[in-house]
Amino acid sequence: MTAPSLPDARYFQIAALSTLLVVNFAWIDFGAKPLPSVIAVGTALATQLVCTRLTGLPKLDLRSPLITGLSLSLLLRADALWLYALAAGVAIGSKFVLHLEGKHIFNPAGFAIVVLLLTSNGVWISPGQWGTDVWFAALLGFMAILVLSAARRADIALFFLVSHAALLLARALWLGDPPAIPLHQLESGSLLIFAFFMISDPRTAPDSAAGRFLFAFAVALAAHYMAFFMQLRPALYFALILLSPLTLLLDRLVPAERFIWTGSVQSGVLK
Amino acid sequence: MTNRIAHYLKTGVAATAILAQLATVPANAFCGFYVAQADTKLFNKSSKVVLARDGDQTAITMASDYEGDVKEFAVVVPVPTFIERKQIGVVDPRTIDHIDRYTAPRLVEYFDEDPCHPQRDQIVAMAAAPQQVSRGAGGGASRQNYGVTIEASYDVAEYDVLILSAKDSDGLIAWLTDNHYRIPQGAEKVLGSYIKQSMRFFVAKVNVERMKAIGNNYLRPLQVRYQSPKFMVPLRLGTVNAKGAQDLVIFALSKQGRVESSNYRTAKIASGVDVPLYVKDEFGPFYKALFDRAVARENMHAVFVEYAWDLSSCDPCAADPMSNKEVAELGARWIGSDDGAPYRGSGLFGGMSGRNGVFVTRLHVRYDANSFPEDIALIETRDQGNFQGRYVLNHPWKGTASCEAATAYRKELAARFAKEAENLEGLTGWTRNDIAARMAASGEKLEAK
Repeated sequence: MTAPSLPDARYFQIAALSTLLVVNFAWIDFGAKPLPSVIAVGTALATQLVCTRLTGLPKLDLRSPLITGLSLSLLLRADALWLYALAAGVAIGSKFVLHLEGKHIFNPAGFAIVVLLLTSNGVWISPGQWGTDVWFAALLGFMAILVLSAARRADIALFFLVSHAALLLARALWLGDPPAIPLHQLESGSLLIFAFFMISDPRTAPDSAAGRFLFAFAVALAAHYMAFFMQLRPALYFALILLSPLTLLLDRLVPAERFIWTGSVQSGVLK
Repeated sequence: MTNRIAHYLKTGVAATAILAQLATVPANAFCGFYVAQADTKLFNKSSKVVLARDGDQTAITMASDYEGDVKEFAVVVPVPTFIERKQIGVVDPRTIDHIDRYTAPRLVEYFDEDPCHPQRDQIVAMAAAPQQVSRGAGGGASRQNYGVTIEASYDVAEYDVLILSAKDSDGLIAWLTDNHYRIPQGAEKVLGSYIKQSMRFFVAKVNVERMKAIGNNYLRPLQVRYQSPKFMVPLRLGTVNAKGAQDLVIFALSKQGRVESSNYRTAKIASGVDVPLYVKDEFGPFYKALFDRAVARENMHAVFVEYAWDLSSCDPCAADPMSNKEVAELGARWIGSDDGAPYRGSGLFGGMSGRNGVFVTRLHVRYDANSFPEDIALIETRDQGNFQGRYVLNHPWKGTASCEAATAYRKELAARFAKEAENLEGLTGWTRNDIAARMAASGEKLEAK
């Protein structure tokens, strides 16, 4: 990591996700509701607190669980409030249980979404059709965070977006569809959250640039196959969770320095 | 919508209008009466489709009130799988009209009570907004080698139905053209895209002899049932060469909850708004203006929810309850009954009974090729929250009694009228002066500013 002179990228991420939620509540309703959001965020923070105590970690860090809670608020929909709590609990709990060699195996929010989709009949994923204006604003905002934070590992978000867009474009060319169709398919809020907050989670992404590129492309390819050939949706989350164990292999094949959030968490502290 | 191809084939098709229907009062409904609206042509160029979804099983019913020569009628609909004879049927058009009335945006009336002698009861009345349909066109058949396979040929009531698969769009276009299906310019790419996605084509035209034998003088909506994870409404064919935007109303029947689009923004239409009394006589134009404005606000990129409710209840009801027979006829066969009794839900106590009831979602979309480049994909959510497009009239109390409460009440009225005028202006974009004049004429005088 280059020594960051700017604040931890997570502050910007929290600000961006919170802004989206405020936009949702105040102007353009894309389905997030205040009480479920409070429950998701609250449970994520509480679970982090409890797990930190239980595992005896020296320092409580609430930034990551806040991002997880906000992401779940924006993406997950359920027909009962306790499911939001369960999702947040599963997400944060997974970090403390499913880790290996100093990394989480699964992105917490992505893992919780897949677990709940597969085991509960009461949840679904908001497609995140935010409208063109909000989508572009979010894209610019997330890109800015990427650049500002100088978190080089976030290159995986770009690798993924480019792979995903290229596959959609290739499909459109094959089908003879106008470019408006792949462009429209990209204009999804949940895609942005996925690219900038899940697959790019530095605690789960492969350590090396080559590994990240391979992983991003593999996830895009798997998601494409699931969505268009298996009609399995939401394909992105399933593809990410299915392929996440691959990062362990990629880190063996192409080793590089392991990521640790700097500034607040000292080396050797894993959560 | 796909039967839309036919749309181009007809020159000067008059999109027909259905009046806002008079609904009769169900015996056990609200203590009130219903108001008729007499609007015609509320939404030009509109079509209706009913989707019933159970797991991977979809029944799609396409309504058409085609008014041209039945010999000229034809539809081409892309379908995800091969279709067997038993998967095709016709539906009584009145059933579609019924679900249209039942789910239509509605006007509700409340009458203020005597402020000096307050009581509890309120009287409610309402009216359904209208909707309509249209489409049609020409057919014929011969065979040659176009790379087109007629996978099956069925007699379905008054229709001759073919299930086609094709190797490429040129062959399919040639086949359709040689068989007198007039395909719009520019459809090749869309057909080609469907062919590569392994879609089949459901092609129907009218068999005039059989229609005479049946004795109907109207065309019944066709229903196709198929097993496929794809849950979508194909509308691309209908946008090729279309002049201007078209309206589509989707009635989705589902087991789990509200249906929404997974690739377009799904927005709720404005609802629960107090409006001036004169809207009662202008409900058709009012709703049309409201919808136009909602579409504009979303840059024509959204699908609007107009109604989402457990089908076993309504409050207030815009029409008689649907019968079990009608619900099953529209494809929701999982209810396990097709008698004439009103549908009351499947549980011991009625209602959704967990996940085996019927939830109805009415989606209204205005689209063209630019704003809706790809077909509408749908997902079934687990949301069973009720929603209806509902607009409220509040009749002032007209009594002359005086008491302290009456004085206060009269004072509040002025503010209420101003608020109603403001609401109406915001919803419809109608001018303030016009609204003020119409309100004054109906006894709701705005105070001069």
